[in-house]
Amino acid sequence: MDRHRGSVGRALAVGVPLAFLGLFFVYPLAAILGRGLRGEGDAPLDVLTDTTTLQVVWFTLWQALASTLLTVGVALPAAYVLGRYRFRGRNVVSALVVVPFVLPTVVVALAFLAILPDGLERGWLPILIAHAFFNVAVVVRVVGTSWAGLDPRIEEAAATLGASPAQRLRLITAPLLAPALASAAAIVFLFSFTSFGVVLILGGPGYATVEAEIYTQAVRLFDLRAAAVLSLVQLAFVAATVWVAMRLEGRVAPSPPRPEVETLRPVRTGCERLFVGASLGGLAVFLGLPLLVLVERSLAVRGGYGVDAYRALGRPTSVLLAAPWEAIVNSVVYAFAATAIAVVVGGLAAYAIAERRSRALDGLVLLPLGASAVMLGLGFLIAFDTDPLDFRSSAWIVPVAQALVAIPFVVRVMAPTLRSIDPHQREAAALLGAPPARVRREIDLPIISRGLAVAAGFAFAISLGEFGATVFLARPDNPTLPVAIFRFLGRPGEVNVAQAYALAVCLMAVTVVAILLVERARPRRGGWF
Amino acid sequence: MLRVLDVTVRFGDSLALDDASLEVADGEVLAILGGSGSGKTTLLRVIAGLHVPDTGSVSLDGVDLAAVPPHRRGIGLVFQDHALFPHRDVLGNVAFGPRMRGEAPEVAARRARELLQLVGLAGFEHRAVGTLSGGEQQRVALARALAPEPRILLLDEPLGSLDRRLRDRLLDDLATLFAELRLTAVYVTHDQAEAFALGDRVAVMRAGHVAQVGTPDELWSRPVDEDVARFLGMANVTEREAVRPEAVRVQPAVGEGNGVVERADRAGPVVRLRVRLDDGRALEAVDAAVDHPEAGDRVDVEIDPTGIVPLR
Repeated sequence: MDRHRGSVGRALAVGVPLAFLGLFFVYPLAAILGRGLRGEGDAPLDVLTDTTTLQVVWFTLWQALASTLLTVGVALPAAYVLGRYRFRGRNVVSALVVVPFVLPTVVVALAFLAILPDGLERGWLPILIAHAFFNVAVVVRVVGTSWAGLDPRIEEAAATLGASPAQRLRLITAPLLAPALASAAAIVFLFSFTSFGVVLILGGPGYATVEAEIYTQAVRLFDLRAAAVLSLVQLAFVAATVWVAMRLEGRVAPSPPRPEVETLRPVRTGCERLFVGASLGGLAVFLGLPLLVLVERSLAVRGGYGVDAYRALGRPTSVLLAAPWEAIVNSVVYAFAATAIAVVVGGLAAYAIAERRSRALDGLVLLPLGASAVMLGLGFLIAFDTDPLDFRSSAWIVPVAQALVAIPFVVRVMAPTLRSIDPHQREAAALLGAPPARVRREIDLPIISRGLAVAAGFAFAISLGEFGATVFLARPDNPTLPVAIFRFLGRPGEVNVAQAYALAVCLMAVTVVAILLVERARPRRGGWF
Repeated sequence: MLRVLDVTVRFGDSLALDDASLEVADGEVLAILGGSGSGKTTLLRVIAGLHVPDTGSVSLDGVDLAAVPPHRRGIGLVFQDHALFPHRDVLGNVAFGPRMRGEAPEVAARRARELLQLVGLAGFEHRAVGTLSGGEQQRVALARALAPEPRILLLDEPLGSLDRRLRDRLLDDLATLFAELRLTAVYVTHDQAEAFALGDRVAVMRAGHVAQVGTPDELWSRPVDEDVARFLGMANVTEREAVRPEAVRVQPAVGEGNGVVERADRAGPVVRLRVRLDDGRALEAVDAAVDHPEAGDRVDVEIDPTGIVPLR
């Protein structure tokens, strides 16, 4: 088979993602960084050693570490429960836990503003809590899936050799789970490190991550050079994290995962019941309460409850150059377009990565995760403003930018699914008379279709919530939901705040619907999620 | 007639196949017998067109297959791990080949049902393949490979992962099936019993090379060398000859005796004896009696000259 396969498809699979990332990621980023570094302002080295910069980097680092620890602590009991027990509603729990992860940062920040008591609603603590709220899903799903794949007979074997439960945890389970745990922790660290929307809204004065400081320098102080230096600092940290994460993931578990029917056991004793109930109940309160409060706030009107804020969504407002409901339509349309782009480009990249195990492409598609979305947005503005690349005012610039953010997720979902196809099955199909194109259609496509659906769902949710780049690129008369929410929040007045909450609830609703649709198609193995 | 001529396959520095040559006549079942790493699976993959050899050729009825991709060769393969399509039910798996030949869905389904009947799985049409036992999966894989009427059927240790009793039963079924369908088949195995039971001829492979080919009787009576004799399961192999265990007569010593029994293990109906002769030689013998010598007994050992197989 090796030499019979066409090379055109292979060239496309590598070429299209490379061209796309080159044109829409590397080029605009290089343009803005180049302009920043060459432009007016302090010398790059001075920016780097400036006390503000050092403070920002220090805060970004420790809050990311602390957020990671908090997230792992909150998530581990639930990961254990999902990894070892079979109970009714297990799949629903595993689906709902993802909802916060794909919620737009702006929405979550709003929810925490609403729920935290006065005086505590801004500062480092709400930032950590919000990060944990977002990222619990990563740890629960990654570690839970890995736990559910651990053969319980290995622990049983240890028990028959005289290992106590504590020894089994320390000597058997912990080392076997370590790669999954490390990989999940690295992802959480990455997201917390590059956090922007949450920090912008919940941070208050004196608390800025590198990404938030980039926004301040570039947009408020017009110091592009400082912004460029900070972007490079962030990119270096992110690249280091990605590198570490990939090394940790590379250490494959020694035995293949066991099917869940063999590893999960029913909840039997009262003690187990209590533990499972407490873990899941605690998680439900932690994840559910902020969202409920959000809904409550959107319905609150002077002295009671009503749908006034929702009614106002239909009326044009001075805050936007459009009626707020149009932001919903814009968001959905952009998200569909971004999803299409991300699935095509990310799917091809995943194919190339799965087939040739191209580490370089693998790393490159992950980078948009950590590149400053703010700088990317600004980069689009300066890179695409002259012929023949004058796309600045074209409508699809927004979905292209959103697709960039979604592509890493698409690749991460699709590549393991593609790798999971047994080459013997392709060979068996060929020997039964199927030509290569037919093999792809009859074998590859049905097997990856669920992965494809999941990838599309994630891409959709992420595009819906994308804020950092969209805020620069969406035209004033065509705002997306997160942008509209941000604008409403920036205006004084109870009506404006209530409308922000109402829009956040709409955004949450659209996201939840998308995720629930995705969950129906979720494959049972592989991938981050 | 399938002809494999001087096929060599290299994986990096190691030689998987080293000038391997074979012929399989129409209607013949050739068993390829070899240990792990002997290159037998690679040889099957070369015949099927799944691996392009570095040198050498494969031809079918005089037509060189080098330019024919696997899906046009009309060669069926039963994989060791079955490689059933997890996203299709049993019928969907078996009907796949006929569908690829362009047959209408009903025709393909009818053909698949015939085959399922043949392998004794009628009624399993809409089962998910993941719910089948190992033996059932093996039968589905066989039915699937047979459904498009391949010119040659290749089987890669199809019974390897099954338990002994099931294996013996399927072995009988396969032998009947091969005879009934007058199949041309190449059957790869590491088990001499399987090879002798199914193969009209047996090819013994060693280090990527075909060491000897012949009917089971030919092989058993004239193994080409020490290694082949050992691999065929002969005991008492020396450089020049092999002595059949049943030709070694062991009697309780009348006088001094000329050896001592080191071990006596019951193996089903017979007892295997390991005897150390006073001249230092060790011999394996078989005793069918219930009343047999025990370890430590002094014995008289005689060798029946008709039980000595000379090695070429």
